[in-house]
Order: sequence, then C-alpha cells, then structure tokens
Amino acid sequence: MALSPVGAEAPSRTTSVPFAIDARQSMSPEPAEAVFDLRDVSIYYGDALAVRGVTMTIPKNVITAIIGPSGCGKSTIVRTLNRMNDSVPGFRVSGLVGYHGQSLYAGGVDPVEVRRRIGMVFQRPNPFPKSIYDNIAWAPRILGLKHDLDERVEKALRDAALWDEVKDRLRSSALRLSGGQQQRLCIARAIAIEPEVLLLDEPASALDPVATMSIEDLMQDLKRTYTIVIVTHNMQQAARVAERTAFFSLDVSEGHRAGILVEYADTATLFTRPADPRTRDYVTGRFG
Amino acid sequence: MLLCPAMAHAETTATEADLRQIGRSGGGLRRMADRFGDRALLGLTALASLAAVALIALVIDRVVAGSMPSISKFGLGFLWHTTWNPSLSSGVRDSNVFGAGVLVYGTLVTSAIALLIAVPLGIAIGVYLSMLSSGRLAAVIGPLVELLASVPSVIIGLWGIVVLAPFLHSTIEPALHSALGWTAIFGEPGTTGLGIFNAGVVLSIMVLPIIAAITRDLFLNVPRELKEGALALGATRWEMIRTVVLHSTRSGIIAATILGLARALGEAIAVTQTIGAGTAIKASLFANGDTLGSRIAEQFIGAVSKLQVSSLFYCALILLVMELMANIGAQLIAGRYARLQGAVR
Repeated sequence: MALSPVGAEAPSRTTSVPFAIDARQSMSPEPAEAVFDLRDVSIYYGDALAVRGVTMTIPKNVITAIIGPSGCGKSTIVRTLNRMNDSVPGFRVSGLVGYHGQSLYAGGVDPVEVRRRIGMVFQRPNPFPKSIYDNIAWAPRILGLKHDLDERVEKALRDAALWDEVKDRLRSSALRLSGGQQQRLCIARAIAIEPEVLLLDEPASALDPVATMSIEDLMQDLKRTYTIVIVTHNMQQAARVAERTAFFSLDVSEGHRAGILVEYADTATLFTRPADPRTRDYVTGRFG
Repeated sequence: MLLCPAMAHAETTATEADLRQIGRSGGGLRRMADRFGDRALLGLTALASLAAVALIALVIDRVVAGSMPSISKFGLGFLWHTTWNPSLSSGVRDSNVFGAGVLVYGTLVTSAIALLIAVPLGIAIGVYLSMLSSGRLAAVIGPLVELLASVPSVIIGLWGIVVLAPFLHSTIEPALHSALGWTAIFGEPGTTGLGIFNAGVVLSIMVLPIIAAITRDLFLNVPRELKEGALALGATRWEMIRTVVLHSTRSGIIAATILGLARALGEAIAVTQTIGAGTAIKASLFANGDTLGSRIAEQFIGAVSKLQVSSLFYCALILLVMELMANIGAQLIAGRYARLQGAVR
C-alpha cells in the first residue's frame, strides 16, 4: 500500500530515518515531541478487519501503555509499529503510520532498518539458545558493530540491571537464567543496538510478581533514554508505569468485530476521570 | 460400582434402579470383556514388537553364519583387498579369491556424492517450504517432494540409464573435466555416462526427499518466538535463518544427513543399473565401479562357489554394520537434539 510521507520535508523514498539517533542525544526543548503519529490506521488480516481507525500520537521519552480486553488488537497495533506483522499472511494496513514524519509503510522503507531502530520485547522471554554474552552480542555482530563489543555487552547488561547478576557467568547458557532474568536479558539484547523505541508486548505476563516489579523498575530507568510503548492486560501495571494510557476495546458494529481506540489520555486522567463510559466500565472492573 | 454414591443419590429412585441394573448385569459383562480385551491387546502388541526384534536377531544370525567361511579365509583384509575373482579354473591367478575393497570404496564414494548433492538441496527445500514460501505453494510442493520418496528405486534407476546417463556423458562430465580435470577425480568422460558419478546422482534423488522432509519439520519446530526475536533485532531473513534456525537445528540436520546416508549406503537396484559394474578403484568419478549392495544383487543368484556366496554374505555383514552404525549415530544425535529443544522450551 503506497502511503505518502507526513511532512513535506520528509523524503518520499528512503530506507533510512537519519534523525533518529541524533534526535535522542540532543534533548529537544518541547517535551511532547511525537515519535509515532498514527492517523486513521486500520489493520486487516486478509478480509478481516482487526483494528479500525486508530488515530494517536506517541510522545518521546515517556512510557505509553496500551490496555484493553483480550482480542482488542493491542498486540496487533504495537506489532504494526515495527513492521513485525509483515510476515503474517494477509496482513494489510491502511491509513498512515508515521514515525518522525516518515510513513513506515511507504514504498522503499526497509523493514529491517525499521526494526533496528524500533526494538521489541515479547510476551514470553525468548533468549537464543546461546551464552548470555552471545545473546547480547548477536545483533551488534550482524549489524557490524564489532568495535568494543565487550563494552557494548557490559553497557547493555548494566542498563538492563542484569550485569551484577550475570557478570561472572557471561559464557554460560542464557537458558539457565530465571524467567525474569531472561526477560531482562531480552531487554538488554534489544538495547545493545541502541534503538530509539522499545516496544514491550506484555513483557511481564509470564513472570512472577517479584520479576514483574524488577521489569517495571527497569522501565522507569530506561524511559530517560528510550521511548517505550507497553502492551499490558494488567491495568494496575499501566497505572504504575505509564504516563499515557490508551484504552482499546472490541467494537461490534455493522456485524463486524474490530478493535478500536476508545480513549487515550494521561494515565491519571484515564483511570480517575475517564471521559468514555466504556473506559469507566473497564477500569472499574465492570467489564473485561 | 460404576457410580459414585453422591451421584446416585441425586437421581430419582427409578433412574437409580435402572443404573444399578446396568451396573450389575450389562456393565459387569462389559467390564469382563474389556479386561480380556485389554490383556489380549497387551499380548498382541507385545508379540508384534518382539517379532520385530526377533527378526533383526535372525537376520544378523543368518548373515554372520553365512559369512563365516569367508571371514575365516580372508579375515579383516577382505575390507580393503580389491581382488574379486569367482573363477574356479586353476590356471587363473588369484582364482576363487575375494576382497570387498572396490565395493567398500564404491559404496562410500557414491553415498558421499549423493549427500553432497542432496543435503544442500534438501536444506534449501526445507528452508523454502517452512519459512519463505506462501502457505498455499508449500501445500502443493511439500507433498510432491515427499512423493519423490515413493517412486520405486528401479524406476529412478531406469531414468538414470535413459535420461541421466546421456546428459552426464554429453554435458556435465565434459564441463567438469575441462574446468576441474586437473584434480584427477574429474577424469576423461566415460563412454556411456554410467559409472560412480551417475550412481551418486541417482542416489541423491532418493536421499533428497528424506532430507527435505526432515529439515522442513525441524525448521517449522523452531519456536516462533526465536525467529521473531531475531527479526525484531533488525536481522534480515537470511541472517535469522543462518544464525538462529540453522544454528539451533544443526544436530537435527546432522541426524537427517545420517538417515539419508543410511538410505544411500543400502540402495542396491538403482546402483546396479547405473554404476556400470566396475572391478577396480579408479581416481576418476566418471569411471565404472560397484557397491556392496549392488554386488550382492548382481551375483547372489549366479554364484558359482560356496566361498563366493559366503563372500557375498560378508559384504552383507559389512553393509549391515555400516547401516547399524549410521542409525545408532542418528538416534544418539537426535536424542541430544531433543534434550536441547527441551531446554529451549
């Protein structure tokens, strides 16, 4: 699907988004700079409409949570932000998925380059069956970032608050780590290539409460450097970690079931003074 | 009693009586029949399994017994001596002397050629079917590849004679000779296109569906989270396949290769048809040769002496040991692979 770029200054066909890393290093004065800008985004799997008409902007260096009942398209929308759905048969997107003014689905945009800048951590920890060191060094190696690899691995592990626990056994298998450690390893693996954005797709749903807490603490540290989008089915988690929260729900109209964005606001506002009755029902536990 | 008391009390009196009736008469008979059936099932299935074991033991016993005269006459030297002379006339030198050196060499070299061709092709097919093709295309190609395994080997052998031999003779062999002739293994093209090389190519056709089917299933079983994890880190599909999929399935690939090797080692008919029944070890792959299985198929019926029959049994024993080693090797590696997979999940 051919989409035009948002801004007039944006190049129409390019495989790179040149300002991504520089923009992070020089902090911009206005805090609400948008990283993602979605306009009327609808997502289809074959003929089935999965998500309908989402319009939202995701600001830089804050944590944005996406909540909602099962099947409302939370994961679908977040996987659309780094073109992770490309390999799903029949996947199609309409509307505009803007990233720093560049349409992610414009012709000529390289999904590999998109994923390199927009990292992702999945629901189940998925370390490679390799050593801890090789897990972190895997992406830098394939991207040719072999200079000072040891330092890069250490920094990633430190940033993911895992260094002290694993520094003495970097060469042992990552599969021997606990679930919570594995998930932090996956975060370390993602940040080892210095992306701008981290997409977290229910990162703590397979973890126990203690491990969940350590992941949430880690997110607070990481948001200084990264823009974070977290999908969660756990409302308390969204309330604890996120500045902004989007509530998605299933809308049954015209005989079709599709996920829609019901309400998007500051987390405090969404949970205490929701504007939409559907949001109120959900956050007060009357539904979902 | 079939019913728990609580459930029975919950029923009305009439139903309770009915159920008790069933429990006493019909149910009782059924249980007796079931018990007998269960025992019969256990007995029959155990017997079937034992029969398979007994069959292997009988075959090994027969082969060892049959090869005894040859073993006592030629010893282990049979493995590398290259004279195979069934002639009984006393004037001929080395008459009634047997050695399987040519056959062992031919068996190993044809199998190696088969694997060199079939393993990369089979892995490529497995990668395509499991990860790159659209689902509909894979649903057509996958069964067709497996169908290749059901083509009788004698038909593939015929194809080797009628189609492959002229093609190798006129095109492939001259091309390999002119490009790589200095290596000696690609010598002057033969006169017919039959020979070790042809047999190896024919064997590769039989090995290919095994490798393709097993590797496809291996790749499909690599957890989706691992594949997506690699893609989410900015890997291309090739980088994902090379460093995650192929890497994590390497012991499975080795096991599949050994199963393919077992198939290639043991094939007799198609090799007999295409190898050209040579009697000496030649450097060139385009020369005629022979394999253990092929020699047994050629000569067993027309054997002229007891020692020749015994030597053919000795060939069978060597083949059996090779096959058993390949199978055990594949099972050991597959077991290791299964443990590794268990650790991933």
